[in-house]
Amino acid sequence: MTDITPIRTQAETQLLDYLRHPRSSLPVGDGSVIRRADAIARLEREGLPNRRVEEWKYTDLRALLREAAPPAERPSAADIAEARAQARVFADVAAVRLDFVNGHLAAQDAPPAGVTVIGLAQALAEEHPVLSNLNRVDVAGGNASYELNRAFLSDGVVVHVAAEQAVAQPLHLRFVNRGGAPFSTAPRVLVVLDKRASLTVLESHEGDVAAQPNSVVEFVLADDAQLEHARVNTEAAGTIALSTITAVVGTRAAFRSVNLHAGTSVSRHQLFVAYEGEDARVTLGGVTVLSGTQHADTTLVVDHAVPGGESRELFKTVIDGEAKGVFQGKIVVRPDAQKTDGRMMSAALLLSPDATMNNKPELEIWADDVQCAHGATCGELDDELLFYLTARGLPREEAEALLLQAFIGEALELVTDEAIREAMTGLAIDRLAKLA
Amino acid sequence: MIEIKNLVVEIEGNRILNGLDLTVRDGEVAAIMGPNGSGKSTLSYVIAGKEEYEVLEGEILLDGENILELEPYERAARGVFLAFQYPLEIPGVATMSFLKAILNAQLKARGEAELTTPDFMRRVKAAAERLQINQDMLKRALNVGFSGGEKKRMEILQMALLQPSFCILDETDSGLDIDALRIVAEGVNALRDGKRSFLVITHYQRLLNHIVPDTVHVMSKGRIVRTGDRELALELEASGYADYVTEAA
Ligand SMILES: Nc1ncnc2c1ncn2[C@@H]1O[C@H](COP(=O)(O)OP(=O)(O)OP(=O)(O)O)[C@@H](O)[C@H]1O
Ligand SMILES: [Mg+2]
Repeated sequence: MTDITPIRTQAETQLLDYLRHPRSSLPVGDGSVIRRADAIARLEREGLPNRRVEEWKYTDLRALLREAAPPAERPSAADIAEARAQARVFADVAAVRLDFVNGHLAAQDAPPAGVTVIGLAQALAEEHPVLSNLNRVDVAGGNASYELNRAFLSDGVVVHVAAEQAVAQPLHLRFVNRGGAPFSTAPRVLVVLDKRASLTVLESHEGDVAAQPNSVVEFVLADDAQLEHARVNTEAAGTIALSTITAVVGTRAAFRSVNLHAGTSVSRHQLFVAYEGEDARVTLGGVTVLSGTQHADTTLVVDHAVPGGESRELFKTVIDGEAKGVFQGKIVVRPDAQKTDGRMMSAALLLSPDATMNNKPELEIWADDVQCAHGATCGELDDELLFYLTARGLPREEAEALLLQAFIGEALELVTDEAIREAMTGLAIDRLAKLA
Repeated sequence: MIEIKNLVVEIEGNRILNGLDLTVRDGEVAAIMGPNGSGKSTLSYVIAGKEEYEVLEGEILLDGENILELEPYERAARGVFLAFQYPLEIPGVATMSFLKAILNAQLKARGEAELTTPDFMRRVKAAAERLQINQDMLKRALNVGFSGGEKKRMEILQMALLQPSFCILDETDSGLDIDALRIVAEGVNALRDGKRSFLVITHYQRLLNHIVPDTVHVMSKGRIVRTGDRELALELEASGYADYVTEAA
C-alpha cells in the first residue's frame, strides 16, 4: 500500500464540506493577504491538530471537537438588537463599542478622534495598505487555530490609531453569540498603533449558545506606542472556543494583555508576541477558573528577537471538579536579543482530587547576556492559612473564598485601569462563587 | 471562664497533651511557662480548634459549654482568640479588608449588626495608634513583608478589634524589642477589664513584669505540673526547668 488515504473524523469531513460552499463573500482569494486556499489546503493535508502534534499534546482538538458546527449566517436585525441588549461584560465601563454578533460586525459607535475603523470586507476590497500588518508574527503562521480562522474568516474590522494620538476612551470589541443551533464564527480584528499612539482595547466574548468561535485579534505597535488589552470570556457551556492574540511590538513600545476565562466548555487561548524594536515591554496575565469537565488551555510564545526586551507573564488557574487546565508558555530569546529580561510564572490551585493541571513553561535561550526565569506551581489551598482565617472567625467557605480571591487577584492586579480591573474582579468573584 | 479537664491529645500517633487540667477564671491572667516542646502551642491550637489534632479524652468548657465539637470560627464567635506564635502571611489580602471581614464575620455569627465603615475605621485607627502601627501597614497585604515584631503587633491589633473574652497569647513577646514589648503589653493591659481572661504563654519573666499574671503554671510533657503565683515565674527564671523535666519523666 503506497497510497495514504487520510482517515478523517466526522468533524474534519464537516469542516471541509463547509469550505466547499463558503458563506462568506470576503475577497480572500490568492491575490489577497488572507489567501484562504492555503489554509484550506493545510486543513485537507493535516486535519485537526491532535495529541501527536507537540503544541497540541494536552488539547487534542481532533478528539475534543466531535461535531463541527456550520459557519454562522449573518444575523437578522432582531437578533442583533437582542444580542446587543443581552451583553453584560464591561457594561459599566464607558467605551466605544464595536459589536460582533455571531461573528459578524453588526454595529459600531462612532470612533474617537484620531482612530479610523474600517470593516475588514471594505479594507480587503480596497487592498488597504494597513492590511500589510496582518500575519506579521512568525510563530502564528502555520498554527492550526490561526489557520482555521483564515480558512473560515467570516468578518472583521481594522482599527488604526494615528501617530501621537492618546485615545482616552477604551475601544470595546464585543463578541456576542446568540441563537438556538450551534454555529461557528471566525472573526478577525487588526489594531494598528502608529508611533507614540496609545489605546485601551476591551474584548469580551459572551452568549447563550453552544457556539464554536475562533477569533484572531492582531495588534501592531509602532515605536513608543502603548496598548492595554483586557479580555473576558464568559461564553455558555457547550462552547468550544479558540482564540489567538498576536502582538508585534516596536522600539520602547508597551503591550499589556490580561485575560479572564470564566466560561466555555473547551477553550484554547493563544498569545503570540514578537519583539521587533528594542527595549519594548510586554506584560501578559491571565486568570482561569474551571469546574465540572471544563478544559482550558493557555498557550503563549514570547519571541525576543531584538535586544533589551522585557516580558512578564503571570497566569493563575483555579481548578475544581474533573476540570483540566493547561499552560504552555515559551520565552524565546534569539541570539541578538541580549539584555532580555523575561519572567514567567504559572500557578494553579487544585480544589478537587480529580482536577488536573498541565504546566509546561519553557525557555529557549540563544543569547548569553540575559535574565530569564520561569516557574510553575500546582497545589492546594494552604491548610495553615485556612486555620488562621477560620480561627479569626471566618467560616470555612468564606476563608476559602478569600484565599481564592487573593490568589487570582495577583494576576488581575496587572490590569492598570481601576474600573476595568474592578469589572473583571467582579466577574471572577461571581465565577468563584459558583464553584461552591 | 475556661475549664480544661483531663485533655489527652495526639498528632500523627504522638501523644502531646497528656491529661492536662487547667482552669482560667473570668478576669484572670494565667501564664504558662515550660520547656520547648512541652505542648504549649499544641494546647493553644486545640483550644482554637485546629483540625489535625486528635482529642482522645477530656473536654474544654467555655462558660460551661464544651467547645470541642465546634468549628474554629464558631469558637472565635464565642470569644476565643489565639495570637499566633508565628502569624501567617496572606499575600493578596489587604490588611484593612481582612480586618473588616473578620470583624463582620464575628458580628454576624453572634447575630449582631455589622459596623458602618466610619465606625469600623475609627475603631481600627484607635487600636492602631495605641499599638503604634502606622496607617501604611494597614494598606499592605496582611503580614507580608512585616517584621517579626510588626506581625506580633498586628495580632494584638486584631485582638483589640475583636474584643474576645478568652485571649491566648502564644509567645507574643518573642521577637519584640524592648519598646515594642512595652507597647504590646500596654495594649494587652488596656483590654483587662475584670471579665476578659488571658492565657499568656511565654518563656520570659520579663513579659510578666509588664502583664502581671494572677497565676503561673508550669507545663511539662503535656501536663500542668505546678501552679503558683507570679513568684513562681521568678523562681523559674533563677532555677530553670530541670526539676520539672525529670519529675514528669
Ligand atoms: N505535626 C506533628 N507531628 C508530630 N509531632 C508534632 C507535630 N506538631 C508538634 N509536634 C510535637 O509536639 C510537641 C509539642 O510541640 P509544641 O509546639 O506544642 O511545643 P511548645 O511547648 O509550644 O514549644 P516551644 O516552646 O518551642 O514553642 C513537640 O515535641 C513537637 O515536635
Ligand atoms: Mg510554642
